[in-house]
Amino acid sequence: MILIRAEDVSKTYVSGEVEVQALRELSLEIEPASFVSIVGPSGSGKTTLLNLIGCLDKPTAGNLVVAGKHVKALDRKERAAFRGEVLGFIFQSFNLIPVLTAYENVEYPLVMVKNEPKPIRKGMVLKILEAVGMLEQKDKRPDHLSGGQKQRVAVARALVARPKLVLADEPTANLDQNTAINVIRLMRSMRDELGTTFVFSTHDPRIMGEAEMIHTLQDGRLVLTERGSDRRDNNDEDV
Amino acid sequence: MTKMFRIAIRNLTRYKRRTLLTSMLITLGVLMVILFSGLSGSFKAMMIGQITDSNLGQIQIHRRGYVSAVDSFPLNLNLNQQSYGKLEHILKNHSAVAAYAPRIKLGAMLSNYMETTNIRLNAVNPEKEVKVCPAVGDRIELTNKKGGFVGPGEVVIPEKLAKGMKIKAGDTVVVVAHNKEGSVNGFSFTVAGIIADVLGPQGKEGYMHIEDARALLRMEEPEVTEVAVRVKNFNDLDAVYANLHSTVRDQKDSKGKPVFEIHTWEKLSPFVNVANMIDLITLSMKVIMIAIVLISILNVMMMSVYERIREIGTMSAVGTAPRKIMGLFLAEGFSLGLISAMAGNAIGLTGIYLLNIYQIRFSFGRMENLLLSPTVKPTELLWLSAIVLLVSVLATLQPAYKASRMEPVDALGHV
Repeated sequence: MILIRAEDVSKTYVSGEVEVQALRELSLEIEPASFVSIVGPSGSGKTTLLNLIGCLDKPTAGNLVVAGKHVKALDRKERAAFRGEVLGFIFQSFNLIPVLTAYENVEYPLVMVKNEPKPIRKGMVLKILEAVGMLEQKDKRPDHLSGGQKQRVAVARALVARPKLVLADEPTANLDQNTAINVIRLMRSMRDELGTTFVFSTHDPRIMGEAEMIHTLQDGRLVLTERGSDRRDNNDEDV
Repeated sequence: MTKMFRIAIRNLTRYKRRTLLTSMLITLGVLMVILFSGLSGSFKAMMIGQITDSNLGQIQIHRRGYVSAVDSFPLNLNLNQQSYGKLEHILKNHSAVAAYAPRIKLGAMLSNYMETTNIRLNAVNPEKEVKVCPAVGDRIELTNKKGGFVGPGEVVIPEKLAKGMKIKAGDTVVVVAHNKEGSVNGFSFTVAGIIADVLGPQGKEGYMHIEDARALLRMEEPEVTEVAVRVKNFNDLDAVYANLHSTVRDQKDSKGKPVFEIHTWEKLSPFVNVANMIDLITLSMKVIMIAIVLISILNVMMMSVYERIREIGTMSAVGTAPRKIMGLFLAEGFSLGLISAMAGNAIGLTGIYLLNIYQIRFSFGRMENLLLSPTVKPTELLWLSAIVLLVSVLATLQPAYKASRMEPVDALGHV
């Protein structure tokens, strides 16, 4: 079974009189419980592809099916409901709500999206905070956390509602090398534990090597699909 | 919902200085309205009390057509014994009427044996009159307080007239009047007291006993010019008036026309214009307050939405429904309005309390040493708070709607 299927997906932005083609007839498939990296230089279309898969935007042409839903057919409300039900997001700048504690940030999707009763959500939040190693920091607000800690909270927030798919756009771009590796390994361990599919974009070669499958984009086109293990082998040979 | 309000309060504390300034502005608006409303309401109530309790009464009933001709004291428009009897029956049996007093109004000539001048006289039954106008006695400097403020063979002279003619209490004067047939008659009277003027058309009248007036005017049967009425609860005045109006309207003469006309003090005293002006100024204060709340909350919420575009994008991305995003911002505006209204009410009530402790005295016209006792009704505070909350929500609607309509992909990309 395929979780994400893209067939000849194109996305064109119009900026004034200029048309920018961000994605050009891109086709790919992603299986459930996989750990996938989208790589490529700046402007290659990584963020656009993640936005389309995340139902934050609609393709201009082509078919995109995520968890059995045609993204193009969903209206605003349906897309919001679908995101809450099926997807989790991790952002480059963490995007935690600054007035909420780590606990409350993780609790947010359960309160505002899932409407889970308090005793159930408390158990879910504490469990996921423990899994990402942030239980002791749960009462701290984001401005009292380090970058790595913030991203751990963001990972917990993305996973707390048990989504099928987590999308992470450059999740390690604002982190130092060691923290970045730790965050990616945390995501991978969460995938192993929960069976959630992770799709993340990066242009860091060490990070992309952590993925099981790597899709490389260039000028809005998918130019290469390879296994992460192959990339790691090549890197080792280069060294 | 509780969580939504908790997040709203946290967001308000995010920019403490801005929230504090906005809240202070709204609080100041609420405070202004409460203090002004309390002071002006007290002034109005006191002046109305002065006018109705000193000489006018709260309701007056006349023979139809009298009020439009009141300046000439038309004796031919008096109520006859039969009409007064009907009226007395209605008033006696009305549960909301506390007291009523018959009066004869007349214009006369007053002489101190050296000079003569015109005088407007109010002929009353003193026992009944003090029940309708309990403050009438306070205005009079009496020589003899036994048996009411004016007895048979006595007159009470307005102070200006007494000063001008050098009349003192205890002096003897002559009052000459003509009756409705034009026949002139005169009696000598003892000046029982000097009465201070009050605001209003009947505020400069002298007093005599009603039986003396009937004798002076050679009435063959006891006639009455007007009947002044006092109600048990002033707050019910309009309802009692409406009820009495419908009752006396049914009393018809032989030609089928109504016998009586009935008016509240508002139709009889020019102070009603001052009272209306006070109400208008109070309303203006409320409009200013509404404008303050509307502009300040609209401004702060627009700023808030603009500063949190990426955050709105995040909320939307994680699946928050547009109506919930709108609800978050509405809760924020509502909370700001609620906190400010509560602070305004608390400070306003403290202000009213302090004004009652440090008593404010003032003069109005010839009335001196009047004491203001500002009060504010709980219902008025509730209305005021409801207006602030409603305007706060209305002011937040546009920014909240804008936030809820943002496309997450645009909001997340906002720099």
